[in-house]
Amino acid sequence: MAVMSAPPAGMVVAPPTEVRAVDAPNDHGHALTVRWKLSADDGQGQNNILAYRILRTPRLIGPLPMDSAKAGTDLQVFSSPGTIYNEGVWRIIPDQWDTLGQVPLGSSKYENRGGKQRDAKDFLPDATPFQYKVIATTAAGGMGISEASAPAAATGQIVHTSKLQYIGIPVVIFTALVLGFISAAKRGRELYIRPLAGIGAVDEAIGRATEMNRPILYVLGLGAPDDIATIASYTILSRVAKKVAEHRTELLVPCYDAVVMSIAQETVRQAYLDAGRPDEYKEDMVYFVTQEQFAYVAAVNGTMLRRQTATNFYLGVFYAESLILAETGSLAGSIQISGTDRVTQIPFFIVACDYTLIGEELYAASAYLGREPKLLGTLKAQDWAKGMLIAFMILGLVGAALQWNWVGSLFRMSF
Amino acid sequence: MKRQLPLIIIFVCGIFMVFQYFIPHENSEFIYEFAALDWPPIIGVFALTLGIISLVRVSAAKISKRDEDWQYSIVTLIGLAMMIIAGLPWFGGQTSPAVKWQFDFIMRPIIATIFSLLSFFIASAAYRAFRARSVLASILLISAVIVMIRFMPLGPFTDIVSRTADWVLNVPNLAAKRAIIIGVGLGIISTALKVVLGVERSYLGRD
Repeated sequence: MAVMSAPPAGMVVAPPTEVRAVDAPNDHGHALTVRWKLSADDGQGQNNILAYRILRTPRLIGPLPMDSAKAGTDLQVFSSPGTIYNEGVWRIIPDQWDTLGQVPLGSSKYENRGGKQRDAKDFLPDATPFQYKVIATTAAGGMGISEASAPAAATGQIVHTSKLQYIGIPVVIFTALVLGFISAAKRGRELYIRPLAGIGAVDEAIGRATEMNRPILYVLGLGAPDDIATIASYTILSRVAKKVAEHRTELLVPCYDAVVMSIAQETVRQAYLDAGRPDEYKEDMVYFVTQEQFAYVAAVNGTMLRRQTATNFYLGVFYAESLILAETGSLAGSIQISGTDRVTQIPFFIVACDYTLIGEELYAASAYLGREPKLLGTLKAQDWAKGMLIAFMILGLVGAALQWNWVGSLFRMSF
Repeated sequence: MKRQLPLIIIFVCGIFMVFQYFIPHENSEFIYEFAALDWPPIIGVFALTLGIISLVRVSAAKISKRDEDWQYSIVTLIGLAMMIIAGLPWFGGQTSPAVKWQFDFIMRPIIATIFSLLSFFIASAAYRAFRARSVLASILLISAVIVMIRFMPLGPFTDIVSRTADWVLNVPNLAAKRAIIIGVGLGIISTALKVVLGVERSYLGRD
């Protein structure tokens, strides 16, 4: 009589339990999170678990050629909200399992994050129910297979709750501060703002260029047209160009980006119009040079040395070229006013320029030059926001020192 | 209306982008990718045409007026024409040997030359910055020396110099950097608000 022998020790292990799949939160869909309870042999019992293997059903095969969509009933065409994600034909086979991957022992979570492109290999459809199994594996080939999870489908969320909590609320508070101070400024409240040496020097620098009958150079940096530092630079250019037009001095604006050039041309033209000197504006004041970093530097340096510019403004986004530009200007004897939000370039400008707008001062410069109450109100709001941040930092320091964990949990972000 | 229309467009687009940031749904991403990622290259191509026209016009004007060093403008125009001609489909397109040769043997050495100037400029800038003319400049000089020599073998002083340099980099230096970054963050939000709400309109003229 044959006797059924027990499997060898180590070949059968306790399976993971309570496998559940849920839609991944705060995303565009195409992702599910699988969680389970560790095998009883993971870190205890036989203590021989090596990894967990994750399986999924139904099986997806694709993407298939578009014309195969007519061929069979188990084929599904996934369409997209627009043409940029394309369409994809996939065969969906129920009751067959795909192995997705594995995670090491001690792990109780797997992110099944797929792509949104319908014609890409990693596509994971939304609104399609999937079930998962988790297999605990050992080095000797032993396995413990879990029960299948309940079906779950991926879906995109309408609101990113974490972003709303940690970014949205502070932005709303800051916006309220800005609007509040603008309103106070409009009502005539006196707002004190500390003077900035770099801004105070703008008039002096333009006056010097006028006296010396030499041009003023304005460099908008290497930023893209939508970089906020470049946008801040347009607003300062407008103010500077207006003053330059009033003084009838020559202005040179060599540009690195053609779109920035178009915007800068319009800005300078409008400034000349506002100054009542539209006839003095020339299209060639603002010109395109090249979109190659060091070729641009060579051209601007050449302009500085040939034209002997009296004043150089470097305001915007700068990289390695900052020191080459500023040192050349310094050697040429120009007054130089710079400003950037790139932390790594600020020291170079401080060393080589007469005045430097550090970080946020670049954004504040337009308000300083315009002296309009509405704009000054935004500066005041920034100061208040900084005060609040300092208060939170002190609270954090005290909380850390006194081991108040609730303080840390208030600011712990998870995206 | 000429001034109101751009302000309305900026306001609508700005508000949309703010909301889009908080909406992760695929449809929201699609609109963002269509509006923010697809349009700029299209506009960029047209703007580049304007840029090239601008470059040619400025260079041609210099040549015709015989401005100072006008000969360089001839080199600019010849370089522009050579690169365009070598990149035409009849000559093998953008990957043709002629384009590659110009890039490898003309453009790259010139770029490397300009970049290498940086080392000399760093030396001259450091000389100016590190002169001990005041207490603050002296502190800067001492800090710079400590940071520069931190990897040197200095016998019994190696450890203390290394730890002092780490302290300089990780405490006062990092604190200043973070303070600037926080300020920049607030400045970015503030500038964005000013532009979106139409408070800052100097770039449109007549504020």
